[in-house]
Amino acid sequence: MIELRNVDMTFGRGHVLRNINLTIPRGQTLVIIGESGCGKTVLLKTIIGLTRPTRGQVLFDGKDLAQLSEAELAHERTRYGFVFQLAALFDSMTIGQNVAFPLREHTKKTPQEVREIVFTRLAEVGLPEAVMRKKPAELSGGMRKRVGLARALALNPELMLYDEPTTGLDPIMSDVINELILRTRSASPVTSVVVTHDMHTARKVSDRVLMLYPLSRLKADEPQAIFDGTAQELDRSRDPRVSQFVNGEAGERLMELRQLSSSQSLRKY
Amino acid sequence: MATQPATHDSRPPGFLEAAANWIAGLGGLVMNWVIAVEDMIEFFLRMVGWIFRRRPRADTLLPNFYQVGVLSLPVVALTGTFIGMVLAVQSHAQFRQLNMETRLGAVINMSLVRELGPVLAATMLAGRVGSAMAAELGTMRVTEQIDALSCMGANPIYYLVVPRFIACLVLIPCLTIMADFMGVAGGYFYSIYVLDIDRVHYLENSRNFVGTYDLFAGVFKSLFFGAAIAVVSCYRGFHCDPGAEGVGRAATSAFVISFVLILMLDFFLGIMLDNVYLMFWPEGQSLL
Repeated sequence: MIELRNVDMTFGRGHVLRNINLTIPRGQTLVIIGESGCGKTVLLKTIIGLTRPTRGQVLFDGKDLAQLSEAELAHERTRYGFVFQLAALFDSMTIGQNVAFPLREHTKKTPQEVREIVFTRLAEVGLPEAVMRKKPAELSGGMRKRVGLARALALNPELMLYDEPTTGLDPIMSDVINELILRTRSASPVTSVVVTHDMHTARKVSDRVLMLYPLSRLKADEPQAIFDGTAQELDRSRDPRVSQFVNGEAGERLMELRQLSSSQSLRKY
Repeated sequence: MATQPATHDSRPPGFLEAAANWIAGLGGLVMNWVIAVEDMIEFFLRMVGWIFRRRPRADTLLPNFYQVGVLSLPVVALTGTFIGMVLAVQSHAQFRQLNMETRLGAVINMSLVRELGPVLAATMLAGRVGSAMAAELGTMRVTEQIDALSCMGANPIYYLVVPRFIACLVLIPCLTIMADFMGVAGGYFYSIYVLDIDRVHYLENSRNFVGTYDLFAGVFKSLFFGAAIAVVSCYRGFHCDPGAEGVGRAATSAFVISFVLILMLDFFLGIMLDNVYLMFWPEGQSLL
């Protein structure tokens, strides 16, 4: 369904993605893990065409996103649902208007029909009808994220993209979000890409896990995707970079920290 | 992979090296400005494209009309009144020495209608609305709301920029006329009732020197000011740097750039409008 061919991404002088090749078949749930700054979110935004790759191609159902006109891209995006890290709800609108937005924009449904769909979507993510009249600022982080999920699901998308869906949430709310991701997949044959550094999410929702590594820590000829396999294989990986991330061990980073702080104190004197 | 501490060269740069660095820095700055101007023009053209491609929605247009027009009206009226009175105070001292107090009507009203009314209304709009637009759109950029619009297949320029541009363009002439009117009223009030200038001569001089073309020139210029404010402010909001500092910088620079543009446009449009006047009415009265 999605294919990335030799994708490179640079911002100014910073190289974020290098030669990424990735195929995501229909119906698969791919979890992309990696430490902060390794290019996970950039990769997710490249898949939906929010950022254009410096080099390479992103194909959605065989169509190159770079070749599509603005109107065609807008149309293709109705097949996507994107859940943002901080929900990205429109502050000026109520929750009901937020969830109704894609429906009003892309369908010819009556206000009553839209209202019913909004109510159903909110109920699916466990939010009561009373929430509809509230503004995003009145909700907790977990509730906002669930509204973001309801809004992304409004048009029954074929591809769901989640950007750090559990970051900043308590463990219980994180599990609720994980359950919702699973429920979304079981309710309809949706393809999902989840970007996270939460290993609990990775183990629970993934069919496949891809791990990216920051380019600043790689040599020029090393691939950026250092792991591609199932969650079980991830736990058995012998690559120290993978196992340190999975087990949350700082490893050689602690050594770097010590070296850096000792060189700083030397410079002081 | 250990990081080596950077070695610093403590040798001070020679004169030639410092001069070369300075020229390179200046070149970089000019390059950045040229790129920013090119980006802004492209942004403006894309917005113009969207104005004609699809009719703006009333639910996005009306809140902007309210924000730009209704909420700006009191402050524009107040500043207009005061600037009219200030003009009377300042000009009176000079004109009294020449025994030409009654000419105050011409000076105050001409200055207001041609220059101060439009520039003042535009400056207030840039400060009140332009900065707010840049801050609002900047916050939307930083919190990924603009990306969210794109993800839902809605064009952010159509949704966010077009209504703001139309509101500024349509309402700035109204605000200018309001500033003119209140300025004229303030100047009249102070001149007649405080400075005790002869009312008949004051009005006579005003009528003789200020014509319809002067009012038209002021209102015509204001259209360009409104467009500049909307484009600059929306552009700065859309290209906001991350974080609270980025939003603050976007709001400040939106005002500063708008203000500079307003004065530059005022200068060039002033010359152009004078030439147009002299072209159509070569024997006409001097424009003061």
